[in-house]
Amino acid sequence: MEPTKQQLLWMYEKMVEIRRYEETMAKVYLEGKLPPRIQKGLAFDIGAGPVPGEMHLAAGQEPVAVGTCVHLSDDDTVVGAHRPHHFAIAKGVPLNEMTAEMFGKVTGICRGKGGHMHLFHPPTKFSCSGIVGAGLPQACGAALANKKRDTDHVALAFFGEGAANQGAFHEALNLAALWKLPVIFVCEDNNYGISVPKSQSTSVPTNDVRAAAYGMSGVLVENNDPIGVFKAAAEAVRRARSGEGPTLIEVQTDRYLGHFQGDAEVYRDKEEVPKLRKNDPIVRLGDALRKEGALDDERDAALGATIDARIKQAFDFARESAYPDEQEALLHVFAE
Amino acid sequence: MNTETNVRRLTMAQAISEAISLEMERDERVFVMGEDVGKYGGVFSATSGLLDRYGADRVMETPISETAFMGAALGAAASGMRPIAELMFIDFFGVCFDQIYNHMAKNCYMSGGGAPVPLVVTTAIGGGYNDAAQHSQCVYSTFAHMPGMKVVVPSNAYDAKGLMIEAIRDDNPVIFCFHKGIMGLSWMSYFEGSTNEVPEGVYTIPFGKAKVVREGCDVTIVAVSQIVQKSWLAAEKLQEQGIHAEVIDLRTIVPLDRQAILQSVDKTGRLLIVDEDYQSFGLASEIASLVAENLHNLRLQAPVRRLAVPDVPIPFSRPLEQFVIPQVDDIAKAAAELFEDQRMAVKEGV
Repeated sequence: MEPTKQQLLWMYEKMVEIRRYEETMAKVYLEGKLPPRIQKGLAFDIGAGPVPGEMHLAAGQEPVAVGTCVHLSDDDTVVGAHRPHHFAIAKGVPLNEMTAEMFGKVTGICRGKGGHMHLFHPPTKFSCSGIVGAGLPQACGAALANKKRDTDHVALAFFGEGAANQGAFHEALNLAALWKLPVIFVCEDNNYGISVPKSQSTSVPTNDVRAAAYGMSGVLVENNDPIGVFKAAAEAVRRARSGEGPTLIEVQTDRYLGHFQGDAEVYRDKEEVPKLRKNDPIVRLGDALRKEGALDDERDAALGATIDARIKQAFDFARESAYPDEQEALLHVFAE
Repeated sequence: MNTETNVRRLTMAQAISEAISLEMERDERVFVMGEDVGKYGGVFSATSGLLDRYGADRVMETPISETAFMGAALGAAASGMRPIAELMFIDFFGVCFDQIYNHMAKNCYMSGGGAPVPLVVTTAIGGGYNDAAQHSQCVYSTFAHMPGMKVVVPSNAYDAKGLMIEAIRDDNPVIFCFHKGIMGLSWMSYFEGSTNEVPEGVYTIPFGKAKVVREGCDVTIVAVSQIVQKSWLAAEKLQEQGIHAEVIDLRTIVPLDRQAILQSVDKTGRLLIVDEDYQSFGLASEIASLVAENLHNLRLQAPVRRLAVPDVPIPFSRPLEQFVIPQVDDIAKAAAELFEDQRMAVKEGV
């Protein structure tokens, strides 16, 4: 299935939004974390500033999110991983409340209790987890519920290539194939599990081949290509919706930033990221749209300005919101 | 046991990697495996410099496959090696707990003593830097609850080195828990009392021997890990109020130095147990019941008090996290309240 011009424009716009969001977050995240405002002798303080804690950003990995989520509605489930913003944005999680969550504010989608690795937004059926590989079985469960209720809704699990070495990956694939579940497993291969390159962690060069072990289709999308992701996901979603079972897709993508912000990246060559950035999927999709006459400088600038305003509004909302009252810490252990 | 007197100030992370290095040098059976333990030197620098010194055969990068490498560590230990396996965050025990508690912890017993498991699991514990519910727990009490594992929880560099060497030489599975907020990392604020003088050479600290880190006669504060550092600062504050707190660093939870606790409580008559683990069914409760079982020998001036995480997951938001994890001021306040209770009791004629 070929994407329509409208779909391509949506993907382009969302990729720009994700990139600018992540770049903004990278800047805001550093506020208050550098000398001289921190403990003497430290180079950086992960727990300081308005957005404390670990921060895993997805700049460069936008194609994985937009090429898949373009096929989904609010009724379809997405389970993300520890690097979740691109999926959340593409799935339609509201930006203001998502940002407030990362500031730990009471207006956040989880009232400040989850934070950036644990975003839950039931209205768009989005959730994620900080435990590697944990999302795959849960996506199977969402798919099982869809099937039991006789809907054509699907579930997607996003995870990194490192997660494909977890037992949960292998168990979930077997279960999904055995029960013919309407689920799509999307592996984003950014080539690193924190500091460890894929070649040092994985016994096969690409994970799509592992699908064969469980009797399901496996597809490889190379070169961080949003249109390639679109096509692979279109077929996988079609199969899932029509009761033909699960698919495993591996997307070769690029991580432009550290594993987390503050990562000195001693494990990769300094030349690597500039090289990766030369193959920027946003630039490539933008060029393709221009060639088709769907985008020009004026429209691109207008789109950028709208997105910047949306992001500014989200960060302003987060900053201006209140922290939860400390007694809130004692609520929600159990459902009332 | 001191074989060398040359001392330097080391962070706890440096002390741990030095201890591992000394044992790797001494004993060829010792090797390290885990996620990011190589070039990265461990996410919390517990294996810093080891790859350069000992090479990839003895400092093994693993896939993100905790069940596989924890089980492999167990298998290698049962086959004559002395592995050290790093579980990056203790919170990740969930993905490999079967290997840990149904096998690592039980094989020695189930085999009638014939198949011991000499290995060390190193793991990062604790919060305080807003890493939320899946990366901030202590849960050492969960390991202590399961018979068959020794649980080590150091509070400073000197102890960490001696306890690590002891752990590697122990013939049993040892869970070695280091709190991120006392490792002395360059990217996370920490309690500086944890960085202290460490001799260059080999020395061991026996398990099950608590240390009185501050003597006092009015109230006993029992703690482990980062809470020891916080309790020491709280004791300073209490001193200003004329309360002399005795701070006990247990250093290991299994084995537990029950005698040291009872002796101190016998002296002070008041007990505050401070813990960064969940309050119920854990370390704090264990110590409280120890005292309850020995009341025939003790004369308490106030009821035993537990100050721990109030049975909720660790929330992300800063004010919430600060609220649930015991802080220096909370410790001082809780200790001072043990004296108020008594005054109130007298006033009410109880």
